[in-house]
Amino acid sequence: MATQLIQIDKIQDDDWVIIDLPVIEVEIKKQAGKVVQFKLTGEAYPTSEQIEKTVIPASGNIILPLQVYAKNKARLAERLNKGEIGIWLLTHEEIEKYIASEEEINQFSIIAIKTEKFADGRIFSIAARIRNKFRFTHDLRAIGDVLKDQLYFLKRVGFSSYVIREDRNADEALEALYDFSDPYQGAFDLKEPVWRRKKRK
Amino acid sequence: MYKYDDIDQTIVDERVAQYEDQLNRYLKKQLTDEEFRPLRLQNGLYIQRHAPMLRIAIPYGLLSSTQLRKLAEIADKYDRGYGHFSTRQNLQLNWPKLEDTPNILRELASVQMHAIQTSGNCVRNITTDHFSGITPDEIIDPRHIAEILRQWSTFHPEFALLPRKFKIAVTGSRKDRALVQAHDIGLEFFLDETNKIVVKVWVGGGLGRTPILGSVINEKLEWQHILTYCEAILRVYNLYGRRDNSFKARIKILVKALGIDKFKALVEEEWQYIKDGPNTITEAELSRIKAFFTEPAYKTNLDSNLESHQNEKAFTQWLTRCTHAHKKQGYRAVTLSLKPTYTAPGDASSDQMRAVADMADDYSFGELRVSHEQNLILADVQEDKLYELWQKAKTLSLATPNVGLLTDIICCPGGDFCSLANAKSIPIAESIQAVFDDMDYLHDIGDINLNISGCMNACGHHHVGHIGILGVDKNDTEWYQVTLGGNQGNFASIGKVIGPSFSAEQMPAVIRKIIDVYISVRQDDEAFIDCVHRVGIEPFKNTIYQETAH
Repeated sequence: MATQLIQIDKIQDDDWVIIDLPVIEVEIKKQAGKVVQFKLTGEAYPTSEQIEKTVIPASGNIILPLQVYAKNKARLAERLNKGEIGIWLLTHEEIEKYIASEEEINQFSIIAIKTEKFADGRIFSIAARIRNKFRFTHDLRAIGDVLKDQLYFLKRVGFSSYVIREDRNADEALEALYDFSDPYQGAFDLKEPVWRRKKRK
Repeated sequence: MYKYDDIDQTIVDERVAQYEDQLNRYLKKQLTDEEFRPLRLQNGLYIQRHAPMLRIAIPYGLLSSTQLRKLAEIADKYDRGYGHFSTRQNLQLNWPKLEDTPNILRELASVQMHAIQTSGNCVRNITTDHFSGITPDEIIDPRHIAEILRQWSTFHPEFALLPRKFKIAVTGSRKDRALVQAHDIGLEFFLDETNKIVVKVWVGGGLGRTPILGSVINEKLEWQHILTYCEAILRVYNLYGRRDNSFKARIKILVKALGIDKFKALVEEEWQYIKDGPNTITEAELSRIKAFFTEPAYKTNLDSNLESHQNEKAFTQWLTRCTHAHKKQGYRAVTLSLKPTYTAPGDASSDQMRAVADMADDYSFGELRVSHEQNLILADVQEDKLYELWQKAKTLSLATPNVGLLTDIICCPGGDFCSLANAKSIPIAESIQAVFDDMDYLHDIGDINLNISGCMNACGHHHVGHIGILGVDKNDTEWYQVTLGGNQGNFASIGKVIGPSFSAEQMPAVIRKIIDVYISVRQDDEAFIDCVHRVGIEPFKNTIYQETAH
C-alpha cells in the first residue's frame, strides 16, 4: 500500500508504528441531564482496562497512547533515551496531566495528535500549545481524520508531518501546503505577521 | 478606506482558487456533504430553502462606490437583481447557483472583496460603529484596529474550526453603536488618564437562544496587545468550549460555566506565552493602517441653505430622522433608509445600489457604509447639498424619514429564505409598517427599535429591540413571542417576554396596543424605552391579554 505520510513537504515511508488501544466493549454511561461542566463533554477517555491490555512491541519505533506511556514510564525509560518512543493523544486529552516539563516533553522523538473529526479544531490549539508553551522541537504529527483541507492550517500551527486518511490521495493533499503564499498573521511556521516580514505600502 | 496591496490581493485570489478546488472535489463526490459543509460555510455559502445563499463580507460595513456597483452587477448577473443588507453589515444574495459561486468570488476579488469567514465556526466579519471617523462623540476611530483585526483573523490557522461562530465588535465612541456587549469579544477604546489609548475588553456576550451581555475580562488593556490577548481568549475557547451540543457551544456558555474569574485566569495563563510576541502591534503598523483612513478633502466656510427649506415639513422630518451630526462644520451624515413599507427590511435592488453608488460619488467622496440597522449611510455630505440629495433619494424610495422610528424595523430574512427559521419575519415587518403609515404619528411616537428574528438564532437582534419579536414554532404553525424593554448601546439590556405568543394576524394589533399604552402613560417627552423601564411590562401585558383573551 502506498504510504499516506507527508513528512514536512514530501511523501515518505513511515518508520513509526502507531500503537492503538485495544477495542473492548464497554457499556457507555451517558451523563444525560447533568450539568456538564468544563471539558466533561462525554467524550470517552481510554479505560484502565484498555490501558492495561495494550500490547507494547518489544522493539522498533513506536507511538504509544499517552496514558499507556504514562503508566509504563519506568520500563520505557531506556527506549525513550534511544529515541524509539513517541506518544499520541486525542484532542480532548490534556498532555499537561501526564507530562510535566519542557525537558520531559522533548524526550519524545515524535508526538502525534489524533483528531477524530475533521471539524474538531482543537487539534490546532493543542499543537500551538505544545509548540509555544512546551517548546517541543521534534516531529509533531497529525493523525486521524486528516484531509487536504486542514493541511495548510496544520502546517502553520506547528505540525511537521501528516498522515492523510487512508481513502484519500496524499499526493493531492500535498498541494494544499501551498494554498497561500503570504499569510497575514504570525504563527509557528512564520513567526512574524506579514507587516513585520515584508515592507508594505 | 483601506486599499489592498499585492499581499491582500494575492490572499483573496488564492482563496478563489482554493475554494474552486474544494467545490470541484465536492461536485466530483471526492468530498462528502459533511466534509464540504465547513468549507463552504467559511466562504459564506449556505444551502437554503430555495437555493444556496451567499454572504459577502463588507469589512466593518465600509464600501466604495465601485464596490457597490460591482455588487449590483453581480446581483443582476448571478441573482435576481437584488441583495439583502444584513445586521452584520454584510450583503446576502439569496438566489445564486452553486456552480456560479467561484465566478462570483472572482468578480468580488476584482474589487477587493470576498466572502471569507462570513459564516461557519470561525472568526466572522469584524463590525463597528457605522458613524466611525465622522461622529462628534468619537474618541478613537475604531476602523484602524478593525482592519488590523480583519487581517489577523483572516485564515488564522488556529481558529478555523472553533466550537461555534465567533463575533468581534469594536467601538471608539462615547455612545456605543456597535453593540459591543452583545458580542463574543467586544472592544471599547478610550483614553486613560495619561491620554494613552487603552481598551476595555468584554467577553461572552451574545444574543441567540441564551441572550447574555458580555462580562468585562480586562478593564484596561494596552492597544498593542489586542491581537495576542484575543488569541489567548480564542485558544481557551477553542480548547474548552463545548462541542457536543451546538446550542451550548458559544463562548458565552463557557464563560458562564467557569465564571469570569476562572475564565480570565485561564486566558492570562495562556497569554503569558505569547504576550509581547511578534503579533504585538507596533506604532508603525498602526500608523500605516491609519494612513488609509485620513480625512477626505473637506471644504471649509460652507454656507448652509437649510433655513430656506425649514417650512417644508417632509424635508425637516427627514433631516431630523435621517441625518446625523458630523464632526466637521457644514457636513452631516445621511442615512438612506432601506425600510420603506412593502419592502423586506435591508433589501436593495441593483438599480438602487447603482443609484446609491452615484450619490456616494456626487455627495460623499465615493464611499458609503452599511449599518447594523440595515440602512446605507453617506457619511460626508455637505449641508448645502442635503436638499438636493433628499429629492434624489425620495425618487429612489430611499428617503423614508423613519430612521430610529417604529417602522425602521431590524429584521432577519426569516422563514421565506432561511432554513433555520421557525417562522417568517419579513411579512410581519411589512404588516406592521402597513399599519403605521402616518409619518406624523410615527414622529410623535418617537424613537423605538423594533427587532424581528425568525428563530432563536436571533439574527434580527430581537433581545435588544425595545420591542422584540421572535418567531416560534408550535405544532408546525408559526407564532410570535413579544419582548419589551430590550436595549442596545451603553445601557444594554435584554427584553422581557410579555406572555404567550401570538399569530401573525394578531401582530399588527398587538404592536398598536403596545403603542397605545405607551402614549397613554408616557410623561412629557419620555421615550418609549424609558417609559417601559419606568412602568415595567405589566400595563402592556394587562391591556394586550385582557383584550385578546375574549
